[in-house]
Amino acid sequence: MTMDVDFSALATRDRNGALRVELALDGMTCAACIFEIEAALKAVPDLVAARVNYADRRLSLEWTAPTFDFAAVSERLRRMGYRARPFERESGESAEREIARRLLRCLAVAGFATVNVMMLSEAVWLGGDMDEATRDFFHGVSALIALPATAFAGQPFFASAFAALRARRLNIDVPISLGVLLSLAMSVYETLTHAPHAYFDSATMLLAFLLLARYLDCAMRRKTRAVAANLAALRAPAACRIAADGAQNYVPLAALAPGDRVLTRPGERIPADGVILSGEASLDESLVTGETRRRCVSAGDTVYAGALNFDGALTMRVQAAAGDSLIDEIERLVEKATAARSRYLRLADRVSRLYAPLVHLAALSALLSWLAAGASLHDALVTAIAMLIVTCPCALALAVPAVQVAASGALFRAGVLLNSDDALERLAEIDTVVFDKTGTLTTPEPRIVNAQEIEPTLLELAARLAHSSRHPLARAVACEYPYAAAIEGAREEQGAGVVAMVDGVEASLGDARFCGVERDCAALAARGDASVIAFRHGERTAALIVRQSLRYDARETIEALADRGLRVIILSGDRVEPVEAAARALGVAEWRGAMKPADKVARLEALRAQGRKVLMIGDGINDAPALAAAHVSLSPIDAAEIAQAAADAVFLGEGLAPIVTTIDAARRARALMRQNLALSLLYNMIAAPLAIAGLLTPLIAAIAMSSSSLIVTLNALRAGRRRSDEPGALARKDHMHHIAVEKESPA
Amino acid sequence: MNVLLFLVPLALLLGALGLAAFVWSLNAGQYEDLEGAAARALADDDVEDARA
Repeated sequence: MTMDVDFSALATRDRNGALRVELALDGMTCAACIFEIEAALKAVPDLVAARVNYADRRLSLEWTAPTFDFAAVSERLRRMGYRARPFERESGESAEREIARRLLRCLAVAGFATVNVMMLSEAVWLGGDMDEATRDFFHGVSALIALPATAFAGQPFFASAFAALRARRLNIDVPISLGVLLSLAMSVYETLTHAPHAYFDSATMLLAFLLLARYLDCAMRRKTRAVAANLAALRAPAACRIAADGAQNYVPLAALAPGDRVLTRPGERIPADGVILSGEASLDESLVTGETRRRCVSAGDTVYAGALNFDGALTMRVQAAAGDSLIDEIERLVEKATAARSRYLRLADRVSRLYAPLVHLAALSALLSWLAAGASLHDALVTAIAMLIVTCPCALALAVPAVQVAASGALFRAGVLLNSDDALERLAEIDTVVFDKTGTLTTPEPRIVNAQEIEPTLLELAARLAHSSRHPLARAVACEYPYAAAIEGAREEQGAGVVAMVDGVEASLGDARFCGVERDCAALAARGDASVIAFRHGERTAALIVRQSLRYDARETIEALADRGLRVIILSGDRVEPVEAAARALGVAEWRGAMKPADKVARLEALRAQGRKVLMIGDGINDAPALAAAHVSLSPIDAAEIAQAAADAVFLGEGLAPIVTTIDAARRARALMRQNLALSLLYNMIAAPLAIAGLLTPLIAAIAMSSSSLIVTLNALRAGRRRSDEPGALARKDHMHHIAVEKESPA
Repeated sequence: MNVLLFLVPLALLLGALGLAAFVWSLNAGQYEDLEGAAARALADDDVEDARA
């Protein structure tokens, strides 16, 4: 089962001419693996550097010599029990990394400035008998620290505020930038005129707090992306390309080009769209269309990427998108749906749209009323600016991101990876859940449905034998005992079954004729889409029924959703009969079968027109347009790539429980966001009158600002706490490892 | 009072050194793998080298 994958297509050349490739690693369980891997790879000839990134579960390799043999590395890793797959770093991921670094740099500068300015400010506040010269000296030094620090660390806010103003919009960064700049300008003026109050500490502290929140938000998103990219790389199958001289070579899918000839064996997925040149097989296209009945194909037929080759070797020619294939149609629909999706206005933006003009008007009226009351222009201006400083939306800007970080961290640990920033807020609003059937409510691959009726020891033996075969039906049997040891010396007969000697008696697994139990299986075989596998060990026999069955917790999940007052609908691309059967088994009253991708989108549009906010959950290529069109969407980790890209979040695990966890977490997060916004508005309602009355000193401003930020942050941390009665306990982090193993690509 | 004139800049200079060290380590990629770095501190690869 050695796979000689040609990874040269994915290597990048750095400045010194060395080639680099990054691999996603599966099988790392503890930190000691780092040393084991790095020590073992030291001995590989021509390899310049191998370094493990334990946090991201990645390995980067560097070499210069053209003689470097990649197979030596993957063979060594395989023998140690690790699996490594290279991946193309998404351009988005490296951009994200750069942003996180920049934010951290800004944070460091702002933190440095805050600490030092605060030290000087405290001396001024507490040193009652400080003479004027010393105070001016301290203010001067504060200015020298705060001005360059703000010029550097404030850039993310200034740039965003400037962009918003140029587009004639207001965002939260506008009042932030204004508050920071005004407080600095006023402090400089006050310092130059030897006045007692300067607000340098408020400006730098504000920046430090906000940068911390933004950095944590960014770091959380980066971590989620990295895990998602790893899972994708470990799942991505390699394609067996046939060279002009007939040599077979496994290459990553990205390296396939139109015109390439590709071989697909039983149990593998079709790697790309194309036309069959030779061979016959039946294909399970449930990931493509949702249809569970297998389609027989032979030379000349068109096949789509993602279909599972059941039982024959196929040679096909990869074809470029011609503009009229199923995939082109899907891509057009996804594009249309994405464009039609109105830009969601986030909670914080909605609040700041109201807040910014309100505060600015209040400051202006404070200025005017002090002038009318006979104050000097200087005093009136100082009061108005103090008002703007104290209402600078620090807590308001923290209110949402802090909850976002805590909640997405909790979801990450529960096995839900968020794709988009505002998914949580949209998830909290839903009132309808639309499920796809095949691969979403049902298991993505066929399973044994009559396991209870079979003697456990016999079933375990069958599973051990099944581990020697790559056939999809054998994989279903092997699934029953995923960690059982394969039987040594098993021999596979193509298209018939596997046979081996166990305890001196022949054991066979395969079709009924192969095992010589036609009579027992004849009755079972008549039952619809199910396939029957026979097993025989000496005199003991068993007939195993394999079919796509409902996920083990599908019923409980649907019930839990209904309990939460959500309307549940099934829209499937499969034929009407199996959809009806599934809907009845799950107790879902609203269902439709035989729906084309465009029909699903049309149904979602109709629901939207009724004012419904729909959560779409689907996995197939045919679901992608619906996932893009829904208010918010989820996809299981075994979904097709295009479906995952269209979904707002991806959940791991065998069950559907994460759906309920996600909705609960989103609702809790929204409640906390609202609480936080209310808290920060309350703080402003207390602080603003103080400022207008002219009672605000820099000391009070600093205390009020930091305490309100802390309260909001501490409140947000509650989003990360796990409730003991949560069903999400089922889907834990170990699933990530577990899934990656189980979904091992057939090659 | 006069002592502050050089003590304050000196304190700031020390702080700035710390900041510079942090930015340098950030650019050198030392924050790319925090979990791994924690474990690497415990590696006894130097012991093996001594034996070899």
